[in-house]
Amino acid sequence: MSDLLEDHAVAEAVFCPIDVFDVDVIRDDFPILRRRIHGKHLVYLDNAATTQKPQVVIDAVQEYYEQQNANIHRGVHYLSELATHLYEETRQKIRQFINAGSDKEIVFTRGTTESINLIASSYGKAKMGPGDEIIISTMEHHSNIVPWQLLCEQVGAKLRVIPIDNDGDLVLEEYYKLLSEKTKLVSIVHISNTLGTINPIKEVISAAHKHDVPVVVDAAQSMAHLRVDVRELDCDFLAFSGHKMLGPTGIGVLYGKEALLNAMPPYQGGGDMILSVSFEKTTFNELPHKFEAGTPNIAATIGLGKAIDYLLRVGHEKIAVHEDNLLEYANEALAAIPEVRVIGQARQKTSVISFVVDGVHPHDIGTILDQNGVAVRTGHHCTQPLMQRFNVPATTRASFALYNTREEINHFIEAIYGVIRLFK
Amino acid sequence: MSEELRELYQQVILDHNRHPNNYKQLPCPTHTAEGYNPLCGDRIVLAMALCGDIIKEIGFQGSGCAISKASASIMTSAVNGKTVGEANILFQKFQTMITSDLGTRLDRVALGKLAIFAGVREFPSRVKCASLAWHTLLSALNEPVSTQ
Ligand SMILES: Cc1ncc(COP(=O)(O)O)c(C=O)c1O
Repeated sequence: MSDLLEDHAVAEAVFCPIDVFDVDVIRDDFPILRRRIHGKHLVYLDNAATTQKPQVVIDAVQEYYEQQNANIHRGVHYLSELATHLYEETRQKIRQFINAGSDKEIVFTRGTTESINLIASSYGKAKMGPGDEIIISTMEHHSNIVPWQLLCEQVGAKLRVIPIDNDGDLVLEEYYKLLSEKTKLVSIVHISNTLGTINPIKEVISAAHKHDVPVVVDAAQSMAHLRVDVRELDCDFLAFSGHKMLGPTGIGVLYGKEALLNAMPPYQGGGDMILSVSFEKTTFNELPHKFEAGTPNIAATIGLGKAIDYLLRVGHEKIAVHEDNLLEYANEALAAIPEVRVIGQARQKTSVISFVVDGVHPHDIGTILDQNGVAVRTGHHCTQPLMQRFNVPATTRASFALYNTREEINHFIEAIYGVIRLFK
Repeated sequence: MSEELRELYQQVILDHNRHPNNYKQLPCPTHTAEGYNPLCGDRIVLAMALCGDIIKEIGFQGSGCAISKASASIMTSAVNGKTVGEANILFQKFQTMITSDLGTRLDRVALGKLAIFAGVREFPSRVKCASLAWHTLLSALNEPVSTQ
């Protein structure tokens, strides 16, 4: 095992925070930013869908397959021990990253969607029955709507929805009115992927706790932009995806308070989640393994660990300053275009801008921007009820990350002017 | 602007987007259908009055991108007065045009005005936009309005 510890020492060594935020230096870490699309420099503004990956993450995934690949928790041979060590080390890293109390509270999943489905299937079916209510909000992603609808159908519970105002802020007074003795769960997005709204999650949680109602937080959009401390928030569950925080696809996390997770039945059955199996009786493994049936995505898990190292090395405070600058710069430029209307002006926002252009459908905007090398998302962003709330079939969304620049925003704005000229 | 973009957003397409033909409700349609493209939220309602197997009158309404709207506009003009069989043949030729390789020869004579959508094949993500009206036409033909 001494070799394993040597690997560990190397990991610690790179872990010194940077002094100044230099976006050019950051950009050098992301190889995809050097490529061209349709002969133009790539301007990647679809970060709310998925972020790009730094070289350290790509290298970690490759190194795993070249030098470390083995199954975890099942071999006495060197590689199996090494893979298990790297996998479990990432769990510790995530526990520290979100300030959870114990490694047992960190369950690996495929992503936010699977994390929420796990809660709905396991916690939901065990705890909810006819007449019970689940509260969500108007700005939820489909992955925080559909699992609850399925659950409601199965157990006879009802979905209640917190309205939002025209700026895209939650109407908290209405939320407080929805809370009652029927409420069994609140599941709420921390940061809206469509509007960028940062919800006052602490207030949402403390109000629910006054009614003894646990709260699920969808933090899919949070981790690359701000620090989340689960004990400070006092959330009961938290879900997020690796691929939206510079990590690989196919890996995500469910955090749950130990007491809650302990009381929940398993989600899937299989290997790794059991202590012993006979045809008469199976004894389930301890947390968190009880919820991790089958061989997980080991390479992606290790990659996610490297993504967290990278984010911490740059520092969330510096990232937030940079992204807020970009947001303000882009907002001003868009405000100067009379044909453009921005949807969502919440008091607290991350660097996400959804907008519509008079007389031009978002799909046409998306195609024309793409031909200019600018990648944006167009459509309903998996938030159809939210689109209905704002009475638009679709929007164009630009979302910024730590590696975006003002020059890129200039390029994006120029392309928008090009669209308007074409459709005049 | 790139060559492909200029080809896709030709003036004719932009004009049809702004002022589509046959953008209307029919008083007594014999066949109607609604088409929906969940990817981009395009929605179109198509209505026809058939006399025998001839499309006597056709109209559409809805919202969508320039490609889907222009396609609905030009498609409705192209099949107006045609038989169901002729409309089907046009659909086949249109579909081949927007999905085939560049080298494929087009039946420009039969396609007529529809040939301006040839540029769509350079944009695989937009093929669904151009064909939405056509697929709605086919499902309308299978859905006679109940006369009871
Ligand atoms: C707010 C929000 N919740 C949930 C999800 C689903 O995440 P995933 O597709 O990684 O499971 C997303 C991703 O689009 C999101 O933005």
